[in-house]
Amino acid sequence: MKILVCITHVPDTTTKISFTDNNTKLNKAGVQFITGPYDDYALSRAIELKEASGGTVTVLNVGLAETEPTIRKALAVGADDAIRVNAEPTDAFFVATQIASIAKQNTYDLILMGRESIDFNSGQVHGLVGEMLGIPSVSPVMKLDIEGTTAKLSREIEGGKEQLEVSLPLVAGCQEPIAEWKIPNMRGIMTARTKPLKVVEPTGKEELTTVTKYELPAPKGACKMIPAEEAEKLITLLRTEAKVL
Amino acid sequence: MSILAFVEIAEGAIKKTSQEAVGYAAEVARMRNTTATAVVLGEIASAELENLGRIGAAKVLQAADSRLNEGNIQAYANVLAQAVEKENAEVVVLAKSSLGDAVAARLAAKIKASLASNAVELPDTSNGFIVKRSIYTGKAFAYTEMNSDKKIIAIKKNVYTPAETENKASVEAFSPTLQEADFNVKIKETVKATGDILLPEADIVVSGGRGLKGPENWGIIEELAGALGAATACSKPVSDLDWRPHHEHVGQTGIKISPNLYIAVGISGAIQHLAGVNSSRVIVAINKDADAPFFKAADYGIVGDAFDVVPRLTKAVKELK
Ligand SMILES: Cc1cc2nc3c(=O)[nH]c(=O)nc-3n(C[C@H](O)[C@H](O)[C@H](O)COP(=O)(O)OP(=O)(O)OC[C@H]3O[C@@H](n4cnc5c(N)ncnc54)[C@H](O)[C@@H]3O)c2cc1C
Ligand SMILES: Nc1ncnc2c1ncn2[C@@H]1O[C@H](COP(=O)(O)O)[C@@H](O)[C@H]1O
Repeated sequence: MKILVCITHVPDTTTKISFTDNNTKLNKAGVQFITGPYDDYALSRAIELKEASGGTVTVLNVGLAETEPTIRKALAVGADDAIRVNAEPTDAFFVATQIASIAKQNTYDLILMGRESIDFNSGQVHGLVGEMLGIPSVSPVMKLDIEGTTAKLSREIEGGKEQLEVSLPLVAGCQEPIAEWKIPNMRGIMTARTKPLKVVEPTGKEELTTVTKYELPAPKGACKMIPAEEAEKLITLLRTEAKVL
Repeated sequence: MSILAFVEIAEGAIKKTSQEAVGYAAEVARMRNTTATAVVLGEIASAELENLGRIGAAKVLQAADSRLNEGNIQAYANVLAQAVEKENAEVVVLAKSSLGDAVAARLAAKIKASLASNAVELPDTSNGFIVKRSIYTGKAFAYTEMNSDKKIIAIKKNVYTPAETENKASVEAFSPTLQEADFNVKIKETVKATGDILLPEADIVVSGGRGLKGPENWGIIEELAGALGAATACSKPVSDLDWRPHHEHVGQTGIKISPNLYIAVGISGAIQHLAGVNSSRVIVAINKDADAPFFKAADYGIVGDAFDVVPRLTKAVKELK
């Protein structure tokens, strides 16, 4: 089975976000970048499927050269090879166009992504790619098993889940508990250095959205503390002051 | 040109978040000098549908096809694309949800629309069409220019409260063409908590963390939630430990909510937890540690033992009612 895993290179979840250039660019100074947490689930499940029944795992990132350490980490975890589309990923439609173009050239049985990136949180790219390729897309997926050419999935819905079945090929947006995150070992890190990482130029330039400006939320006012002995006062304040009851 | 709102049904009723989407769509319609049409897929009683007029829908398109009773992603995207065509729609508005998100993305590719997810305000149409959306899991906003003729906006809960009128919407039957391929993904089984208030829909959420020590102690959370008419939620370790179901876990890797009131009990307030709740209108933290980070993100705080404080709050709520 040929699996493609699409990964993002995003600020660590604990990062304090700030902007530069008159609020038009992320301030990357001092920011630690990681693989998107949901993409890590997708990658880990792909490696598990490969370990169980053979095949190959290719990782794909649309990003500039700065993302290569993140890509190498995916190789260290067990992906066989990698492709980087050399472009700044500023619009979901543009990113999806790049992924679909790579998928058309290589025909994968399974394309795994995260349910959403943690920078733009749009949860769009899997659906866009599925539609562009004319194949099903399912998200958010909590469980994925392959039996022959059939995928059996469980998708989270509000207040529960759905059990789904579909023939491959398929695009899935993954989330926990689909797999345990894998941590690269020393051998993995060594072999990752020599695994192929192909850099390709993007096809087309079309973007359907442009960010004109970023903004930080207004700072939160001080927390009003209520002594535990007078806890009941909270309920009165929520009604009369905050007006939420 | 018209404005569409995609309406979701839960347990035979129109979801509250979808009503917000209809109101938002009606407001965008006013800005564009046109009218809003709500699209409802599947079989639902038409009296419900007429009432969408009260919150601003001029018309309701209903595809009352039993094959659409279940939320099938591909079929829904296909039907919505046909509704966009039929109504010559410029903008499609929907509420963020596990179904809405998945459908919106496919629809965007089908009709080549600009898509802005997590919208937090009405669009600014004074110069182009700009949507303010929440990014970096609530830590920032991006003003996003929609370059395409067609636009899709997925709104967060609590972004828009529709004003009520006496109007009724005209309900029109709609028979989209469905293909076999739309149902390639087979829904084998749906497991759903019934009767509970759905977390993403709830106006009030009471949430518990590892400070509650074990699942056997969840009674105090459920009783407070019951008294408030609230949904229950939890932190990630709590669902990892199987104290509570996964779909209750909020945060960076769980669901993101924006209720009017979020009450966090025995939760430390790690940044990844806050990521899922930081756009709640009012936040209350109850923690026995005065240095818990949650107090920096909360509006009201009580330093105390949950097992003492929470039952007293429940009692106070009951006395108020
Ligand atoms: C990539 C990543 C993603 C993550 N995603 C999420 C996520 O989506 N959601 C999430 O919640 N976490 C997430 N986490 C985990 C997060 O970092 C914290 O570990 C987690 O939120 C802590 O949960 P907690 O506050 O329930 O437990 P703890 O950190 O153990 O805190 C328990 C709190 O309870 C208080 N307490 C103890 N006893 C009492 C008592 N009797 N009365 C009152 N208070 C009491 C303590 O003072 C303490 O503050 C993520 C972490 C990573 C690295
Ligand atoms: N620049 C990118 N390169 C590769 N994959 C991406 C990129 N952006 C998004 N994805 C994939 O699409 C998923 C959903 O992203 P998004 O639609 O941005 O929330 C992510 O979890 C990734 O798997």
